[in-house]
Amino acid sequence: MPGKTRTYLIVAGLSLALAATAHAQQKKKELVTGASAQMLAVTCAGCHGPNGASGGPATPTISGFNPEYFMEVMEGFASGEVPSTIMGRIAKGYSKDEIKKMADYYAKLPFVPAKQSFDPALAKKGAKLHQKYCEKCHSEGGKKPEEDSGILAGQWIPYLHFTMEDFIKGDREMTKKMKKKVKKLLAKEGDKGIQALMHYWASQQ
Amino acid sequence: MTNRFNRRQIIKATGAAAAVGALGMPTVALGASKKVVVVGGGPGGATCARYLKIFDPGIEVTLIEPNKTYHTCFMSNEVLGGHRTMDSIAFGYDGLKKAGINVVHDYVTAIDPEKKVVKTKGGQEFAYDRCVVSPGISFRFETIEGYDEAATEKVPHAWKAGPQTVLLRKQLEAMADGGTVVICAPPNPFRCPPGPYERASQIASYLKKHKPKSKVIILDPKEKFSKMGLFTAAWEKFYGYKTDNAMIEWHGAAEEAGIVKVDVANRTVTTKFGEEIKADVLNVIPAQKAGMIAHQAGLANDSGWCPIDLHTFESTIHKNVHVIGDASIAKGMPKSGYAANSEAKVCAASIAALLNGKTPPPPSYVNTCYSIAAEDWGFSVAAVYRLAKDGSKIVKVSGGLTPKSAPPEYYKREMMYAHSWFNNITRDIFGL
Repeated sequence: MPGKTRTYLIVAGLSLALAATAHAQQKKKELVTGASAQMLAVTCAGCHGPNGASGGPATPTISGFNPEYFMEVMEGFASGEVPSTIMGRIAKGYSKDEIKKMADYYAKLPFVPAKQSFDPALAKKGAKLHQKYCEKCHSEGGKKPEEDSGILAGQWIPYLHFTMEDFIKGDREMTKKMKKKVKKLLAKEGDKGIQALMHYWASQQ
Repeated sequence: MTNRFNRRQIIKATGAAAAVGALGMPTVALGASKKVVVVGGGPGGATCARYLKIFDPGIEVTLIEPNKTYHTCFMSNEVLGGHRTMDSIAFGYDGLKKAGINVVHDYVTAIDPEKKVVKTKGGQEFAYDRCVVSPGISFRFETIEGYDEAATEKVPHAWKAGPQTVLLRKQLEAMADGGTVVICAPPNPFRCPPGPYERASQIASYLKKHKPKSKVIILDPKEKFSKMGLFTAAWEKFYGYKTDNAMIEWHGAAEEAGIVKVDVANRTVTTKFGEEIKADVLNVIPAQKAGMIAHQAGLANDSGWCPIDLHTFESTIHKNVHVIGDASIAKGMPKSGYAANSEAKVCAASIAALLNGKTPPPPSYVNTCYSIAAEDWGFSVAAVYRLAKDGSKIVKVSGGLTPKSAPPEYYKREMMYAHSWFNNITRDIFGL
């Protein structure tokens, strides 16, 4: 009976289509979007401290940064260009728009210098080294929140240490200018030079 | 999809985003009551109280917590390992008081959802517009023959930090070299999924240094556990796992290793299989359910945990009562300290909106969970979540575990970040 067979085939087809749609819907749930800057930003406090001012010892303070830099680093975490432990896994969870919201939010909050110990003699030496090798891009002794560099003065030293390690090892890309300066610094001062810089940055509380 | 929204909706959305501190609610109808009572002052309750004040300083917040000092469960394993003091995991409520929160040290004995009143053991009554219940867990002692509240004084669970942590640590210190520590892990779901395994690792680290002939045996009703690959790799690297000299042994569901009975006096447990194991130090972590007040207030369902709206955390059983943290069925999120802290913020934002006659704002959730298995060897699981539009689940949108192939430097950094997380989250919770 051709009519019945055709109906059967049509019904079967519909069932398959419905099943496929249902399966697709189950696979990917539609999500609520549009979280505000504050809603997004306060989720970070668990690791980075209330208002992005970290109490350390290693997780960095993220407040008071230039929003362009904040965005560049977050996008770098997501792409893997900037090495990280957990930040890559976390940064991937936000859209570009959401990262911009967080960047603008945190830019408005004050950078609170870390309370950490330092050797005054090494810090003095570090000040001179900073002027010679770093000041051009990390101005005001590393305090200025630049578009293309983070705040060095008052940041948690273990974090700066990890970051320098990544740069020097080549795991994280340096700009041509920075590569040149760091190469010169290491050639002339060695690892002790890096240490002196760390103490200088730590001293700026 | 913008053609679906009319002009008014777009203006409303962008207008709200442009407001200073988007969730700040500076105005409210005069005379409208905004009273919130928070039951429980741990990572969930204390965070919620603080963020209610942050989102709307006009809300009157009362926090009721029995303990004057809160000891965090997280990092308490490091106390057991001898790497941390009890003081470092102890937190007071001055930070909350300074934020204008009324802190009351008392036990809540009843919550009346009709009259909207919370009653305490000390005879006080607190009226609320919204109530937040964050009571943590309580134990299903009935699942283990011979184990009850009284038994915990001899065979600690140390699954609520404080005196139990001190007790277990003292027992470890008193144990002779060559002794056996037995940890009985709980069935799912329970507070802090990687906790028992970090505990075993931390204890092994202590034994390796001070009592190297000793061993740790984990008896587990489960087939697998949180961060299993990372833990077993660490145990192989540091504690001779699966060798003849293994300092850690794990026995799971395949061996029917979950315990059914405890002989407290003799520190002997009986597994489902029927095997009897004697311990020199015995740590039993029983099956769990929501904290007692949740049951007393009728907030839990047959599962033993509290069903809620995943956006506002409002109970689906009693209106105007919200449940967060371990006690809640926050489908999609783990029962962790960071999750409680994250849920607390979403709950606070929702309540602040509702008390001001607005709709709860779009939520964002996060969880990062660190475990420290050995010196310079930390690892993590992290995730970012969004709410499903149909409200059925808190959906993970990104995240993952520490890669097993990561170099030692990575694990060393994770340990330092774990310590930083602890420092920062406690500042976020307690406002110190």
